[in-house]
Amino acid sequence: MGFENLFLGFQIAVTPFNLFVAVVGILLGTIIGVLPGLGGANGVAILLPLTFTMPPTSAIILLTSLYWGALFGGAITSILFNIPGEPWSVATTFDGYPMARQGKGGQALTAAFTSSFVGALFSIVLITLFAPILAEIALKFGPPEFFAIQLLTFSSFVGLGGGNPVKSLVSILLGFILAAVGLDIVTGQLRMTFGVTELMKGFDFIVAVIGLFGIGEILLSVEEGLSFSGAATGMKLGVVLETWKILPRYWRTFVRGSFIGFWMGFKPGGATPASFMSYAFAKRFSKNADRFGKGELEGVVAPETAAHAAGVAAMLPMITLGIPGSPTAAVMLGGLIIWGLQPGPMLFKEKPDFVWGLIASMYTGNIIGVVMVLAFVPAFAAILKIPFAILTPLIVVICAVGSYAVHNSMIDVWYMIIFGVVGYVFKKLDYPLAPLVLALVLGDLAENALRQSLIMSQGTLSIFFVRPISGVIMSVAVLFFLLPVITPWWRRLRGPSVGTPAARET
Amino acid sequence: MRAADLATALVLMALGGLVIFDAVRLGYDWGSDGPKSGFFPFWLAVAMVAACGLILLQALRQRTDKAFVSREQLRPVLSVLLPATAMVVVTGVAGLYVASALYIAFYMRWVGRHGWLAIAVLALGIPIVIFVIFERWFLVPMPKGPLEAWLGF
Repeated sequence: MGFENLFLGFQIAVTPFNLFVAVVGILLGTIIGVLPGLGGANGVAILLPLTFTMPPTSAIILLTSLYWGALFGGAITSILFNIPGEPWSVATTFDGYPMARQGKGGQALTAAFTSSFVGALFSIVLITLFAPILAEIALKFGPPEFFAIQLLTFSSFVGLGGGNPVKSLVSILLGFILAAVGLDIVTGQLRMTFGVTELMKGFDFIVAVIGLFGIGEILLSVEEGLSFSGAATGMKLGVVLETWKILPRYWRTFVRGSFIGFWMGFKPGGATPASFMSYAFAKRFSKNADRFGKGELEGVVAPETAAHAAGVAAMLPMITLGIPGSPTAAVMLGGLIIWGLQPGPMLFKEKPDFVWGLIASMYTGNIIGVVMVLAFVPAFAAILKIPFAILTPLIVVICAVGSYAVHNSMIDVWYMIIFGVVGYVFKKLDYPLAPLVLALVLGDLAENALRQSLIMSQGTLSIFFVRPISGVIMSVAVLFFLLPVITPWWRRLRGPSVGTPAARET
Repeated sequence: MRAADLATALVLMALGGLVIFDAVRLGYDWGSDGPKSGFFPFWLAVAMVAACGLILLQALRQRTDKAFVSREQLRPVLSVLLPATAMVVVTGVAGLYVASALYIAFYMRWVGRHGWLAIAVLALGIPIVIFVIFERWFLVPMPKGPLEAWLGF
């Protein structure tokens, strides 16, 4: 069934123009991944206006390639500079940086890129197989089911996100409230504008992403005082081949990391916990557990496999259900709407060339990506040698350009600065930013789904629990929301146990 | 840290109160054809006020206290934030290209103490590259001011 579709996809993805677009995307993405303050989500947000005039398939290939590049780029700074460019590469620094200090940077980088590639490939194959089936099932979904899935998305931030659950909840609510500002399309009334004309348009999540993640991140990183003390790359063809000979030894770690990554990744907020979990498992089952943290190759393989598998898996709910699994996927979803496509299960029926072109481009993009980063690591690492006083204004200017370009409006540039300050304060006070952005993106969709469900049921909430599919999803969502309340009781009953480290997603 | 936590929770609480106020004006109950406009925001804001109340309690119970931001940390943060804000102000008057050139030049000199030649190359080069990519290749217009008008764009 799927193969002729995939073949059709490859015919689209392997045109010279689309391959060129993938190369450009990966190049820019890797640079963005290496730069502090710019990451997958706001890199995609800044480049989004440039895709308005492109054909949708090329546009999504550019943005997804950028995302793959950012995933690869995060590993470079983690290993060579001990700076995790992205939160999901924090676990990579544990063994990657010690290896680079011991002069085995080339080995660590090769292992990281290869693991990323393996993890990604695993998730892409699963997406190829399961996406059409999931889309088929989702075609039968009505508003209550969609609302239930959206609630599940947010409940997993509260229940599984780690950190302070009340603050996660506030972030979600704030995102939804900001999304509601402006014109209510259903009734035509203005909400929460208080007579201010500028507020009528509401808040664009692309600007929020650029401000929260871009400006906010720069403020945080200057506060910590940037000091780049890099190790030499030591990247040679001989080292790459040598490492490839050793890597098959860790096949168990690859398999485990891929499964953890995929499983965590298609739920929101997955990549970072997946990388930590994979690292913890690898350490537990390894014969050299005591060498972990001192420069063990397996300690690089485990988190990178899981992080990249999760990063790719986050695309699955985005293309099948129209519900993004990560802020980066959320920005891409926004792109879909701007390019005139209706995200959701109908996409497989209405625009098979787009969907399968995208899936095929995941294969080509990751192959091109791994070759490019292996070949040009020294060039990418040199980016961090650019003086800080040049990088900072450059990033701020790029953020301003990206914010303005969304709607050609000056007020958005102001919002960017304000969101930047909010992002800085929230990050310091442990309010997670990812759920805020996702709520801002999904706000209108969630509200419409809720309204339609309530109209169907004449205003009773029982509709969510009576229908079988939505009932199951809803129950899981409620369970996740209650998890922070239940867990302490459970712990007291069972006695003290060890918790897994959890970190935040951006 | 505690003071900042309390202040943020109070600000968010006030925001929630404002939303409730507006939602009541719009109507938060069942209308003739479904929930009224204020329905969704109302319950969101009620939940947010309640959650912020919990955060206030958590913060008040917290004993260990460290400063939200130290004086040495605040300086570099403001040295990024204030010039960036100034750039946005100038953008509104003189356009993005002039503003970003001035901003890059100022930052490189003031923070980085770079040589004037490097400053001239980058402060002029970066806006020109942005102009070529956005304005020429992708036809995305940026805010322009008197200089661009004088040059005929």
